[in-house]
Amino acid sequence: MRLRVMKRSVLYVLAVGYAIVSLFPLLLMLISSFKPNVEIFTKPLAWPSKFSVVSYDKLFVELNYSKYIFNSAFVSVATLVILVVCSVMVSFYIARFRFKWNGLLFFYFLLGMMLPIKLGLVPLFLLVRDLGLINSYWSIILIQVGAGLPMAALILSGFFRTLPSELEEAGRMDGCSSGGLLLRILVPLMKPAIGTVVIINFIGVWNDFFFPMIFIQDEAKKTIPLGMLQLFGEFTTDWSVLFAGLTLSSLPMIIIFALASRQFMDGLTAGAVK
Amino acid sequence: MGSFWNTRATHLVCEVNNVEDTPTAGTPPRNGTWKKHLIHLFPVPAILFYTLFIVYPIFAAFTYSLFEWKGLVMGRFNNFDNFIRLFTQEPYHTMFWRALRHNLYYFVVEMVVQNGIAFGLAYLIFRKIKGASFFKVAYFLPRLLSVIIVGFLWKLILNPNMGILNAALRKIGLESFTTAWLGNPDTALTAVVLINSWFAIGFYMLILLAGLQSIPEEVMEAARLDGATGFRLIRSVVLPMMFQPMVIVIVMTFIQSFEAFELVFAMQGSTGEPFYSTDLLAVFFYRTAFGGNSGDTGSLGIGSALAVVLFAIIAIISAVFMKYVNHKETA
Repeated sequence: MRLRVMKRSVLYVLAVGYAIVSLFPLLLMLISSFKPNVEIFTKPLAWPSKFSVVSYDKLFVELNYSKYIFNSAFVSVATLVILVVCSVMVSFYIARFRFKWNGLLFFYFLLGMMLPIKLGLVPLFLLVRDLGLINSYWSIILIQVGAGLPMAALILSGFFRTLPSELEEAGRMDGCSSGGLLLRILVPLMKPAIGTVVIINFIGVWNDFFFPMIFIQDEAKKTIPLGMLQLFGEFTTDWSVLFAGLTLSSLPMIIIFALASRQFMDGLTAGAVK
Repeated sequence: MGSFWNTRATHLVCEVNNVEDTPTAGTPPRNGTWKKHLIHLFPVPAILFYTLFIVYPIFAAFTYSLFEWKGLVMGRFNNFDNFIRLFTQEPYHTMFWRALRHNLYYFVVEMVVQNGIAFGLAYLIFRKIKGASFFKVAYFLPRLLSVIIVGFLWKLILNPNMGILNAALRKIGLESFTTAWLGNPDTALTAVVLINSWFAIGFYMLILLAGLQSIPEEVMEAARLDGATGFRLIRSVVLPMMFQPMVIVIVMTFIQSFEAFELVFAMQGSTGEPFYSTDLLAVFFYRTAFGGNSGDTGSLGIGSALAVVLFAIIAIISAVFMKYVNHKETA
């Protein structure tokens, strides 16, 4: 019995130990953002002597931070709306009809899960240039829609298949067209699956700095991660401001995660496990 | 009036669609009204965006790699010249093999450390310790950060003079172990891989946890009744039942380690500082294509050749793994 208790406590020590490793950098970021600059170095682990929001103030007053937030929000929302509309339509087509090319179409989209998009960067760059989208939000939005489609089509068509076909038949009896059927009957039932698609892609788009770095040079159009990259260069001495910037830019993720952590975690692993 | 027509029209569409919905659909319609063909517009936007921005660029890279490039302008067809230069000409030759070695090291460390810890954590949660849902969230939280932020936070923690890690080492009398973790060629790559592991562990933990939870309860119960506990239970019951999620984890780790770019770029710059000691294939690719390696005119072509090689490595190895899974499953 004592052996059992000991074994049990070893498990807890391990669990708590790694929780500290996992959370420590995040707490450090949060606490440091409220500290005066000096204290960050002299007492890195201490609680701030007094909480100050000066660095947050600085972020908005001296820097373009609200502009960055707007840009990130615009790019994220536009990507998610277009992605959801496109992927619901294509998944409906793939999962609810039986045209002979549907299997091939589904496979075509699945292929995208294996394609390392970054490797197509050179042609992608020339394509975006020829479309005149360099320095435009739309370069990022359209690429992210394309990149999100395979996973979205997989999740949504899987969900479409689980819906009973009686629903559809009943709808059609009542004189519903395919579009009406989709909008009025199926989509309202699909909220969880759509939520999953939205969450996975929101993390990806909000946090991405790769595509913005390639396509956005215009200061006024930079997203948060790209703006942060610049902050590191310019504010190397004012760490408190840096920490405030970091905290603020991860806040939306953490808040949404707190509200829907289950869906978050299920969503991120959905593509892998299915 | 309008609603009357709508109802009529939709009725018609519905009837025809019902026909299409049967397994024989796809055969030419008997009495063609144009409306029922509208359904074929549904997949068009998705196909368009996906083909144009994802599929086309990757396959175009194959073509690009066979041409000479002058800056951003395509020159004449030059066969496999770009590939030959990539493998024989300096500095490409040295950079390629060094980066490949680093990528392999990256993969191995992630497999051992990251996935080892991820499995341990998944098992802890699976064993239903108290507060399991808290731990799950705590382990997953780093995955929500932007890689830019991850890189920057750890850069501060590992800072040789002001960083917390060295301060802690000094405090407990391990002064001799302190180093410039990211500035020392011997430790920089390992540091970067471990930071990436810190970021990704929660994700792999969730996949492995889903695998653990899919093991039928009866199997675990039977094994326990037979007296299997602890490591024995894991080795002879859990691991064999986890074959498929394990292969998924291996393939994903492989793909992600060979695509790895952001963290090195954010922390160590486009040359994999210090002295290329953290250079990876994707970073080398980015630098060759966009970084203007000493103004070399052939960079875009060689960059594309490198993309093709990298693509081939990822595709072949993943395909082999996947085939192995299917083989095992049918056997």
